[in-house]
Amino acid sequence: MTVSPALIYGLTGLALFVIGLAGLLLCPQLLRKILAVNVMASGVFLFLVTIAHGSGALIDPVPQAMVLTGIVVSVSSTAAALALLCRIRENADRRDPSQQKGGR
Amino acid sequence: MISPSSSWLIWPIIVPLLGAVLCFLAGKPPRRTGLLFAVLTGGASLVLGWQVLARGIESHALGAWRPPLGISLRADGAAALMVTMTAVTGLAVSIYSGGYFQSRLTGDDRDRRRLAQEQYFWPLWLLLWGALNGLFLSGDVFNIYICLELVALSSVGLTALSGKPPSLVAAMRYLLVSLLGSLSFLLGVGFFYKTCSTLELAAIIGALAPTPPMIMALALVSAGLLLKTALFPFHFWLPPAHANALSPVSAILSGLVIKGTWYLFYRFWQEEILLAAVGALPAILGGGAIIWGAFQAFSQQRLKMLVAYSTVAQIGYLFVAFPLLADPAGMGGPALFYFAISHSFAKGAMFLAAGTFLLQMGHDRIDDLAGVRQILPVSSFAFALGGLSLMGLPPSGGFIAKYLYVTTAITQGRWWLALLVVLGSGLTAAYVFRAVAAILSPRLLEERPQLAVAASMQWSALALALMAMLLGIVATLPLALLGVK
Repeated sequence: MTVSPALIYGLTGLALFVIGLAGLLLCPQLLRKILAVNVMASGVFLFLVTIAHGSGALIDPVPQAMVLTGIVVSVSSTAAALALLCRIRENADRRDPSQQKGGR
Repeated sequence: MISPSSSWLIWPIIVPLLGAVLCFLAGKPPRRTGLLFAVLTGGASLVLGWQVLARGIESHALGAWRPPLGISLRADGAAALMVTMTAVTGLAVSIYSGGYFQSRLTGDDRDRRRLAQEQYFWPLWLLLWGALNGLFLSGDVFNIYICLELVALSSVGLTALSGKPPSLVAAMRYLLVSLLGSLSFLLGVGFFYKTCSTLELAAIIGALAPTPPMIMALALVSAGLLLKTALFPFHFWLPPAHANALSPVSAILSGLVIKGTWYLFYRFWQEEILLAAVGALPAILGGGAIIWGAFQAFSQQRLKMLVAYSTVAQIGYLFVAFPLLADPAGMGGPALFYFAISHSFAKGAMFLAAGTFLLQMGHDRIDDLAGVRQILPVSSFAFALGGLSLMGLPPSGGFIAKYLYVTTAITQGRWWLALLVVLGSGLTAAYVFRAVAAILSPRLLEERPQLAVAASMQWSALALALMAMLLGIVATLPLALLGVK
């Protein structure tokens, strides 16, 4: 059986999704969790782009439009998560100033 | 079926989005603008409900681009009912919020933070409202994904609004869980598109089949939605997020937001092919939620935590009846929707009342709330009425819903389900009585503090609780709307 590039890309996308999922569940640090979600998103996007390729020579634009929109959503939610993380960090520092130097 | 008049479908989505932008641009806390657009949104939603009831299903192709390329909006009875429910709860919460933010201004140095809270509350709340309506009315799965993300981001913003460390941590957890749920949903959408080559919800649901890619897609979509709906055992993120948020936000999250993802789950799972194969799965998880949530609610010390865990238990009811959807007499769907609406009203009223107690007393420790009814009789009454509907005592919407559950379960021979519903009602009674006993206790307060809350806070909660009661008396209207298919 010949392995088509589409299959490789699709499986890579799914693998990235699973790796990100593992990171989200297993990493205790919030920043790593946020990064893990981004890895998952990349996996989904790669998978969608693979679908666009399909079997024929023509490339389906719909999944590509989905990926473009998905990237916008992903950027904004990452920004929101990072802002929230900063606020949590500020609060923690205010309550316990001795921890300010280390632990970042 | 595209006529100029059917484009009314766009207003329940466009009006709140426009309001959100205007409120965001306003320099000072946009209470008037916010309230105005809340009333307009509520009005637009109610008109849509009335139109669907009078004329049947409404549908509209945005920009006259027809599916499969364009994005369609579609309101059948179920969608219109959810939009109407959101309008009623949303209006009560908006009126409450006006009084809430007014009452919290005390003149000390924390005012600036509280002003900022109100400034961001209105745009986020209107954005959330528009996104929820979009979720209910959208006929395109990718558009639904966008609405899911909008709902999630605005809910997280609202949760974080109180600025206190527990609510920030809860908001972070909520955000991560939501993103995980959305990505799982999106991957599922990818599988759907690969198999069906369309993003139209109706076409996808019509093409459901037990093939491996379809099973994969459904599993991913369902897991994402269950995670976002906080069905046991995925409920861990809900109580801290709902209990630590500002009080109007708690009512919005518990009363409305979880219903959005539940509704989507229902859209996929009402199909016979799924119910026959794995219909027991949501029922089993729902049963676990009913028992575990009630037990946790009973052992809470804080009133808002009790009400939040009660939401975990009540979500169980929203799923436990899924096997009943296969009912030949077709009473399973009405039972589920009746439960969803009465829970939205009753739980909204309870969270609003609990928020009034918290603001008046400065705490919400259940044992120290004794005597609060002397200062806040209307709110106490609203809380008790909401509790009655939650327990399922007549005459209330909760009673009708549970009556439908039990009778349908018995006619289908599912005795275990009928027993579970009755047992759950007993457990609900246990924790509701624990809270109500403290609130209505005849003990006198040692010193009677000055009334510190606006009247609109008390009366809006009561109005919502009365709506839950009204559902028990006027059952024909919502059932007729739901019957539009």
